[in-house]
Amino acid sequence: MVKKRLVLNFPPHLIDRPVTYELITRYKLRVNILKARVTPKEWGRLVVEVSGNKNDLDAALQYASTIGVEIDPLSKGIAWHQELCIECTACTSICPSKALSVKRPEMTVEFDRDKCIACELCIPVCPYEAIEIQL
Amino acid sequence: MAKTIEEINEKIKKGTVVVLDAEEIIEFVENKGLKQAAEKVDVVTTGTFAPMCSSGAYFNLGHTNPRIKLGGGYVTLNEIPAYTGLAAVDLFVGATAIPENDPRNRLYPGRFPYGGGHLIEDLVSGKDVHLTAWGYGTDCYPRGKLDTWINLNDMNEAVLFNIRNCYQNYNVAVNLSDRTIYTYMGVLQPKMRNATYSSAGQLSPLLNDPLYKTIGLGTRIFLGGGVGYVVGSGTQHNPTVPRTERGVPRTGAGTLAVKGDLKQMSPRWLRGASFTGYGATLAVGVGIPIPIVDEEILFYATVRDEDIVAQVVDYSNAYPNCVPESICEVSYAELKSGEITVKGRKVPTAALSSYARAKEIATILKDSIKEGRFFLTKPVEPIPSADSEIEFKFLKERTKTSENE
Repeated sequence: MVKKRLVLNFPPHLIDRPVTYELITRYKLRVNILKARVTPKEWGRLVVEVSGNKNDLDAALQYASTIGVEIDPLSKGIAWHQELCIECTACTSICPSKALSVKRPEMTVEFDRDKCIACELCIPVCPYEAIEIQL
Repeated sequence: MAKTIEEINEKIKKGTVVVLDAEEIIEFVENKGLKQAAEKVDVVTTGTFAPMCSSGAYFNLGHTNPRIKLGGGYVTLNEIPAYTGLAAVDLFVGATAIPENDPRNRLYPGRFPYGGGHLIEDLVSGKDVHLTAWGYGTDCYPRGKLDTWINLNDMNEAVLFNIRNCYQNYNVAVNLSDRTIYTYMGVLQPKMRNATYSSAGQLSPLLNDPLYKTIGLGTRIFLGGGVGYVVGSGTQHNPTVPRTERGVPRTGAGTLAVKGDLKQMSPRWLRGASFTGYGATLAVGVGIPIPIVDEEILFYATVRDEDIVAQVVDYSNAYPNCVPESICEVSYAELKSGEITVKGRKVPTAALSSYARAKEIATILKDSIKEGRFFLTKPVEPIPSADSEIEFKFLKERTKTSENE
């Protein structure tokens, strides 16, 4: 089993093609869609966590690439700067994946980068610029 | 047996004073009982660290040569406009002031990246800030313009003067509407998907002295990392609200006005803050020692999170439209657990006030007292309490009253 976090960029002409369906049925991948943006006549963007057999995964990415999907690793991540954080916990209730959470009873903030899906909801919530998008 | 503040100060001098913070005292009293604990413990320390918008600082810049009269003129510090309606080189900067060219909410929701609070933080950090000024020129103050760099050491006086800090309890904010709203209580997701609160609960100064029996004008405090003083009740001080059996207000109630020498303070305890869609402000650290002069005062200081309740208020309608409506009441124990139940639904909670930093302040204050570096004061004047006739008024918009009527 291999697991990867990827950004799939879809050119406009693929809008009718159920690519994710093919990744699942033909290559037996488990696809967890973390974020999606699909607009007609524009490039679509899908942030996914895919897991499956290594050969299947390689073949699936080869297939997607052949039909025109541009694939990037999910390198964009969220950085939490503890030295700027005042431990108010404001970010924790808005975080959908619980990557930002409260350690009790100390009531301090903890960040688990592995759980972060880079949804960016926390960015406007932090009053102290302690959370940053890293490109 | 009652103690006096003089006796407690004598113990601080001798190094025999017993100090616990407002969290530690709870278990101590559970074990020892109120009577024995009141004899043993001399001081309980409290703390809070949260955004407090009615904060600001005044400065005396020193005179230029030739002299300039800034009073009645215009001044900016790092583009933040200062209030100049004072003498020649005195200024006041409020925490929520923002540059004239900040887009505010025209690009909704605005980010408010730099405001008066950030300026105060920069000054406390020792940074140079850019001063521009325009004066109208007089015979004794002929100069018209000024453009220079300045830091805290260059100034004669720099004083933090906050007209409302340390709110005694506060609302819990939710959003019942179907769109995200941006408030001073943070970003509130639609249909009550999150709730925010802002109090240090059992560590909060005024929740440990709910009837203001020890805290008053002249009380020496920890302020922004330095020493400060309570200079009276703050604006919107509203002590006559409903209270629990222990005297703890069920809603926002008392407030304090405080001051202190900015030159002694630290950026760890004065942090500029930007509330998306709302504005800029300053997070202020305050710690207040409570002298345990008798059992009654100790009893108040043993308040626990489960004893303190707050009102859940809808910030999409009830708050902006002044509808005096609470959805329900929840305790700080529930709020701190990370989840409350409102209208039968579980809502995740988050704080704007830092409990971890409040604890750190209470600990710093405790250590300063134990090490003989901080002495207690007896207030010169009490602040109005629950038995006062203070009435919290909304502004009544009206026409001018005729002088003949």
